[in-house]
Amino acid sequence: MAIATESNPAASAASSDGRFGSFGGRFVSETLMAPLEELTAAYLEARQDPTFHAEIERELHAFVGRPTPLYLAERLTRRAGGARIYLKREDLAHTGAHKINNTVGQAVLAARMGKQRIIAETGAGQHGVATATVAARMGLECVVYMGADDVKRQAANVYRMRLLGAEVRPVDAGTRTLKDALNEAMRDWVAHVDDTFYIIGSVAGPHPYPTLVRDLQRVIGIEARRQIQEIEGALPAAVVACVGGGSNAIGIFHPFLDDTEVALYGVEAGGEGLASGRHAAPLNAGRPGVLHGARSYLMESPEGQIIGTHSISAGLDYPGVGPEHAYLKECARAHYVTVTDAEALEAFHRLARCEGILPALESAHALAYGERLAAELSPEQALIINLSGRGDKDIATVAAREGIEL
Amino acid sequence: MSRISQTFAACRAAGRTALIPYITGGDPDPQQLVALMHALVDGGADLIEIGVPFSDPMADGPVIQAACARALAAGTTPAKLCEAVARFRERDEATPVVFMGYANSLEAAGYETYVERAASAGVDGLLTVDLPPEEAGSLPDLAAQHGIELIYLVAPNTTAARLQKISAVAGGFIYAVALKGVTGSANLDTTLLADQVAAIRRVSQLPVAVGFGVRDAASAGAVAQVADAVVVGSALVQLIGEHGEATDLPERLRAAVAELRRGIDEKAAMEVRS
Repeated sequence: MAIATESNPAASAASSDGRFGSFGGRFVSETLMAPLEELTAAYLEARQDPTFHAEIERELHAFVGRPTPLYLAERLTRRAGGARIYLKREDLAHTGAHKINNTVGQAVLAARMGKQRIIAETGAGQHGVATATVAARMGLECVVYMGADDVKRQAANVYRMRLLGAEVRPVDAGTRTLKDALNEAMRDWVAHVDDTFYIIGSVAGPHPYPTLVRDLQRVIGIEARRQIQEIEGALPAAVVACVGGGSNAIGIFHPFLDDTEVALYGVEAGGEGLASGRHAAPLNAGRPGVLHGARSYLMESPEGQIIGTHSISAGLDYPGVGPEHAYLKECARAHYVTVTDAEALEAFHRLARCEGILPALESAHALAYGERLAAELSPEQALIINLSGRGDKDIATVAAREGIEL
Repeated sequence: MSRISQTFAACRAAGRTALIPYITGGDPDPQQLVALMHALVDGGADLIEIGVPFSDPMADGPVIQAACARALAAGTTPAKLCEAVARFRERDEATPVVFMGYANSLEAAGYETYVERAASAGVDGLLTVDLPPEEAGSLPDLAAQHGIELIYLVAPNTTAARLQKISAVAGGFIYAVALKGVTGSANLDTTLLADQVAAIRRVSQLPVAVGFGVRDAASAGAVAQVADAVVVGSALVQLIGEHGEATDLPERLRAAVAELRRGIDEKAAMEVRS
């Protein structure tokens, strides 16, 4: 379960200044340069230190519950009628999603740097909960920024964070969603850099975050690669994961990058369809630009103003995407596709009925595409779908879509 | 000599600290911008900073965020701001104009188009908050080609090594951020500020302007003691936010700038007496 130290030439995709081809970088105001340089230096130093890896490994095992199983979904496989479908069960990690892999690692780094205060942004609240959880575990002060609209929509997660001792600050600016929470967290960091560590929740933001978060999420792919070889005696034909900011996808893709026979599929939120304009699919329908400290694909107006996005899944409802995904798209190592709200909902129900698992609506996007792909492959083949989180948080959304009030 | 250099040279010759008001371009609507720019000059501005509104102004506090939202709602685009500057230039050939904005406006237009359009409108400098020297790409060459100066921020936590790097590419003047925080923050520490400005002067010959945290005549006067120029943004933007509908908005803005000018000049007069 070593993180970035595991040998993988593709890991060098990011240059030392955090560029992935023409993407990534550090597009921030001068005030953030010093803290980002400090963070980069601290991370590079920690990465060489076996005790850092040992501590993360201990936390991932005893606190998070890793390794998570790689589960053969037999009934779903039969139903799809093709390749064997394996689910990487990140939904079984503590707090119910892959997000905790990252927050554990960054909190260990924060403590190592002597920072006493943790801040984070959150959209649906999953990253906020995962951050509040590790902050409580490690006795650190925690402030979570959340768009005012999201605070209303995700009342249960807001309360969960408060139970864990975090302060949740609603953000009234802009579209009052995830991107605005991120802006506000950055502003907090600028003003309190001396004692504060900013735990970004995805492989987005300025260097070193896309690299740091990827390294911490690689554990998903490292485990999955080993597990599938143990079970199948071979690598899978494909790996499928949903992409919002893209941390679960990069986490599972990355250890497979050199296995060129393994096809990688990232599934963006197609919302009401690309033609409707109501979606969150920058890699499929956006263009390169600079937001939140990095160059990557964005949903924007012709003048470069960031435009509102839509997805049934709050975790995918983000106008940008991690720069390494932009790079993997450009060099065609990964393919990026879309799944609509309606297709994701159908996949949500299928997994619930077929396998007894309620997937997160984010993960349901990966399921919908993965099932379709399995049907095109032969029964001799296998594919892995990253089940990045559990769906308990989404039952109110699903119920509302069906006109049911809980 | 560039318009910016001429202005600072003239100020220095007159023993005058330059006043640089900032307003968000297109707030309350792009049609009013030319009149507001003239009002700033009439109030005593030596150089004008026009904010190019962006949907996600990460380095700005709530006052300028709200102004960006108003300007965008009123249909402001960089092209419209350039049109306004060109019309401003019909009556004012002397006052330098700097566009302060975010990288994605340049990315969307294309760096060359953006620089070309700004230069031909009569813009003198570009301050792109989230485009540090390391990420500037083709911008320095394009700017040089079109006679545009690139203004850079220096923060209290900017290291000596970075200060060298910035100084090597900076033009016009150095914009010293007076505190760690976003635009419009409070609590200026003038002792720390003096140290910061001294550190900049050790590596750069350029004039030093100070901003982020200057809100009234008193703080403007205090900053004027150590800096070549004082930048005032949020306080003016707030006035525009509160009186955007007023027919006498240009006059109100002129009066506010004149008040800041008075704060700076009185401080200077006191120094001369003492």
